Amino acid sequence: MSVDSATVRKIASLARIAVSDAQVEAMVPELNNILGWIEQLGEVDTSSVAPMTAVIPNTLRLRDDAVTDGDVRDAVLKNAPQAEHGFFAVPKVIE
Amino acid sequence: MSNYRFQGATGEWEVVIGLEVHAQVVSQAKLFSGAATAFGAEPNTQVSLVDAAMPGMLPVPNKECIRQAVRTGLAINAEINRWSRFDRKNYFYADLPQGYQISQLYHPLVGEGYLDIDADEKAGIAEAKRIGIERIHVEQDAGKLMHDQHPTRSYVDLNRSGVALMEIVSRPDMNSPAEAGAYLRKLRSILRYVGSCDGNMEEGSMRADVNVSVRRPGDEFGTRTETKNVNSVRFVMQAIEHEAQRQVDVIEAGGKVVQETRLFNPDTGTTRSMRSKEDAHDYRYFPDPDLLPLELTEAFVEDCRASLPELPDAKRNRYVETLGISAYNADVLTAEVETARWFEALLAEGAEAKQASNWVMSELFGALNRLGKSIEDCPVSPPQAAELLKLVSDGTLSGSLAKQVFEKMLETGDGAGVIVEREGLKQTSDTGAIEAVIADVLAKNPGQLEQYRSGKDALFGFFVGQTMKAMGGKANPQVVNELLKKALS
Repeated sequence: MSVDSATVRKIASLARIAVSDAQVEAMVPELNNILGWIEQLGEVDTSSVAPMTAVIPNTLRLRDDAVTDGDVRDAVLKNAPQAEHGFFAVPKVIE
Repeated sequence: MSNYRFQGATGEWEVVIGLEVHAQVVSQAKLFSGAATAFGAEPNTQVSLVDAAMPGMLPVPNKECIRQAVRTGLAINAEINRWSRFDRKNYFYADLPQGYQISQLYHPLVGEGYLDIDADEKAGIAEAKRIGIERIHVEQDAGKLMHDQHPTRSYVDLNRSGVALMEIVSRPDMNSPAEAGAYLRKLRSILRYVGSCDGNMEEGSMRADVNVSVRRPGDEFGTRTETKNVNSVRFVMQAIEHEAQRQVDVIEAGGKVVQETRLFNPDTGTTRSMRSKEDAHDYRYFPDPDLLPLELTEAFVEDCRASLPELPDAKRNRYVETLGISAYNADVLTAEVETARWFEALLAEGAEAKQASNWVMSELFGALNRLGKSIEDCPVSPPQAAELLKLVSDGTLSGSLAKQVFEKMLETGDGAGVIVEREGLKQTSDTGAIEAVIADVLAKNPGQLEQYRSGKDALFGFFVGQTMKAMGGKANPQVVNELLKKALS
């Protein structure tokens, strides 16, 4: 598997990361190096091994249905670049 | 197979419909945080740092939300996956602080199931039909955006962010707006019986993404569009109607339907393209590394199964087969869980099933309709209604007297017995009194008497009416009938 500069631009745009042309050019071989390295794992025959879903032998813990949190509006809004009337205020996004 | 066909300029088209229903799970706290879920709170007051996606916060699933989704799965005859997993669905939007929604793409909690919709001649559903349900997965809801509060800003309220949703995905098994409507109503009814979702479409606790495509009857599936977030049964039916027409027009004009996401406009009943979501389908799902797989024990699933109430189909069949109620009445009485509860409370007070079903269907529903009330805030309680019905069955009240007494019950809140005593509304079978009135009625209407005697039998009803009227509706109608027959013969 390898990526070209168009793919890098698309991934960057999906992740909302701005990249310059120079950065894209530098990133293509870098990512392909990483992908090639990861691909070596494919050389191991894992056909008889169940996929590993977690590295710790725990099961998922479930909570009881109780209200134990919230009502911390000031803390929630504290880092917002802009907040008004108890809302986050963001540039208008309307369909 | 549905015989619904969409008439285009070049011939008939078949419509293929699949629905993805988002149903908000009834729970106190959110799916992955301990913040409250109640509707209508002050903005951002029901938000934890988990819901606001602050760095380092870890999700812990709410057992009740899992339980409710499993119960829902069992109620639609679905397999429950003992092993499921949460995935991240990545996209950016102002109502999604995490930048991803925790959902279940690859291993949903609930697998293949179905529900049955009933034949409905009036709606054009010729026969009962089984609608497949592909899966139910559990996921987080997003926050709410408000666009009309500020000229250049949108306001974000995260109270809904992280509330548990079940996404219930049907097979493309529906072929008319009516079938889609019937499916939604049935699903809503089941959810409300189970108690896993309140089904309140106005408050957004149930909304549907509507997948529509058209094809020539018998052809392969056409290209589908998905109309997002439609929030009433009527709107879903409108959206289908409009989308089918639009797609047929596009194809008949030589064009191609584009697979896309669309928005429904309830004011015009039309849909339009939602261009901003064009590359939103590149969600780059991957297993959420913050959450281990969800493993259910047999005991957990069996507890869920044991906690299920009698469901609408089973209840309706029992009403018809065991209680002898008509199929139509049984349908109406079981469609809403509150109605069925009220009716069964009435039976528990000793009311006879057939009499009670007829009374609820005509008198009670009529009154509620008039008062603009639902059965939950019915001004008359089941024990009060049972008292009224008992006075009818033991002959104290005639049907028309019972109506009068019921009106007084609604006005005053008093019991039927009290009203009968106070207002002297008891039915009389006093033959002497009735005979006297009959004699009077016959004397006052010689013309009609003449006609009746010369063969106009239909006038019998006229004399019954006159006699009842003269007695203020209090005469026992059976006695009146007998005595009149005697007097006229």
